[in-house]
Amino acid sequence: MELTSVKSTFDVTAIRKDFPVLSEMPYGKPLVYFDNAATSQKPQVVIDALVNYYSHYNANVHRGVHFLSQKASDAFDAVREKVRSFINAATEREIIFVRGTTEGVNLVAATYGRKNIQQGDTILVSAMEHHSNIVPWQMLCEEKGARLNVIPMNEKGELVLDSLEDLLNDNCKFVAVTHTANSLGTINPIKEIIAKAHSKNIPVLVDGAQAVAHDEVDVQDLDCDFFVFSAHKMLGPTGIGAVYGKLSLLEEMPPYHGGGEMIKSVSFKGTTWNEVPYKFEAGTPNIADVIAMGAAIDYWYSFDRAAAHQQEIDLLNYCTSKLADIPSVRIIGTAKNKAAVISFVIDKANAMDVGMFLDTKGIAVRTGQHCAEPVMDWFGIPGTIRASFMFYNTLEEVDYFIEQLKKAIQLLAV
Amino acid sequence: MRTIAEIENEIIDDFALFDTWEEKYQYIIEIGQKLKPLAAEFKTDDNKIKGCQSSVWLTASENNGIIEFSADSDSVFVKGEIALLMEVLSNQTPDAIVNAELGFIDQIGLRSHMAQTRANGLAAMIKQMKLYAVGFQHKNV
Repeated sequence: MELTSVKSTFDVTAIRKDFPVLSEMPYGKPLVYFDNAATSQKPQVVIDALVNYYSHYNANVHRGVHFLSQKASDAFDAVREKVRSFINAATEREIIFVRGTTEGVNLVAATYGRKNIQQGDTILVSAMEHHSNIVPWQMLCEEKGARLNVIPMNEKGELVLDSLEDLLNDNCKFVAVTHTANSLGTINPIKEIIAKAHSKNIPVLVDGAQAVAHDEVDVQDLDCDFFVFSAHKMLGPTGIGAVYGKLSLLEEMPPYHGGGEMIKSVSFKGTTWNEVPYKFEAGTPNIADVIAMGAAIDYWYSFDRAAAHQQEIDLLNYCTSKLADIPSVRIIGTAKNKAAVISFVIDKANAMDVGMFLDTKGIAVRTGQHCAEPVMDWFGIPGTIRASFMFYNTLEEVDYFIEQLKKAIQLLAV
Repeated sequence: MRTIAEIENEIIDDFALFDTWEEKYQYIIEIGQKLKPLAAEFKTDDNKIKGCQSSVWLTASENNGIIEFSADSDSVFVKGEIALLMEVLSNQTPDAIVNAELGFIDQIGLRSHMAQTRANGLAAMIKQMKLYAVGFQHKNV
């Protein structure tokens, strides 16, 4: 695998050239892509990895004796180590490939959850979870006669940690909480939550979907029991992601789906399971996307991540201050520790109308509930307009966005 | 009384004046801003259309076999859409409304600029208008 030479300073103009989509011209206007929390754009190296696999060595992995299969298997297997290193897991056996964060949460609920949650137990989530980290737990609760409890949040969109004393009681058997909230941008003090849960011997799953692309994640330092994330929010392809689980837990968990690859031996009398992590990966894996996810991880090491992170903080602070100057704008989610996500509402203007106006100007934002209905209910709003940034966005784009937003307000907030 | 097809053709002609989606969007907003607001008493959950990202209320009345619709929304754009639909379908007979194909929606390029959720909302509005017409059809049998 070739490694791009590390760029010493962060040059946003140069980095934008790595992302072909950024030069698109919707309606003949330069694209301003501020919907990165929904999915990030892909650098050319990721696109090339997909095309290259299908063009030159498409074959099934771990089965064939032929040249192509060996090449595909080598490329596929190498990515597990890349993912391990990216989040600093102790061993690559702790990495399970899944379709994405949603499947990851479902996998843990269906295996660890089904085995360990009993009637009368409680599962603790937070008030700012994405639906993906609520619904699988609700389904498990329904099946087992268990109950879902919620860590409350304050008006800034910060979790109220004082409540943990009561919530982490004897009935609580599992905690599932987001690292960074997609709807508010809040970065939760996840390490502290994990330490508190562990002091009562309660395992913790972290929804890392938003966090992996913006903060360096070290699962051993966090000491989380499970960490789930998707490749597509961190410059990789859609349809692939990973579950990290502590090896001791994975060893004890029953399999997820049944099929090929996950078995050691099959007879009509019974079947024995393959080793971790293969036990959880039934069927032909998503080979192309795993390989492209590996290319995305390589790309992350090709530039100065600290400088890229600073670019996002600059974008967040600059846009927040510009929005604060517009009297009819109210920012939803004003936590002290925030990722580069700004959710806001405008007096007398419907979020979707504003989003559609911005779209006619080539600006992509998300409007609505952001798959977090409970968060919108908490704030008593039908939805927000959300601008979410990536390091390849520029302050000039923010200026254009603010200029067009003011026009939208003039037209719509009457 | 103009037929549904005649009104649809007039709308298609109006939209032919615009080259860009931006112009069409602004025109729909203008139409929406002109829509007479619905009285608060009609903004009930019963009159709310399910399947829309924004809130849409729709009600209908019938007089001598002719249906008249009234509607409102918290979205100006949706008000514009529903005003267009009302221009075509209000003051028509139940039979004409039930049989309307509403080809103008695709011809003015409305649907091609919509995310799935928005397109579903538009479909839900049309469905509700037709359901009212079916109701009045049976009432008059």
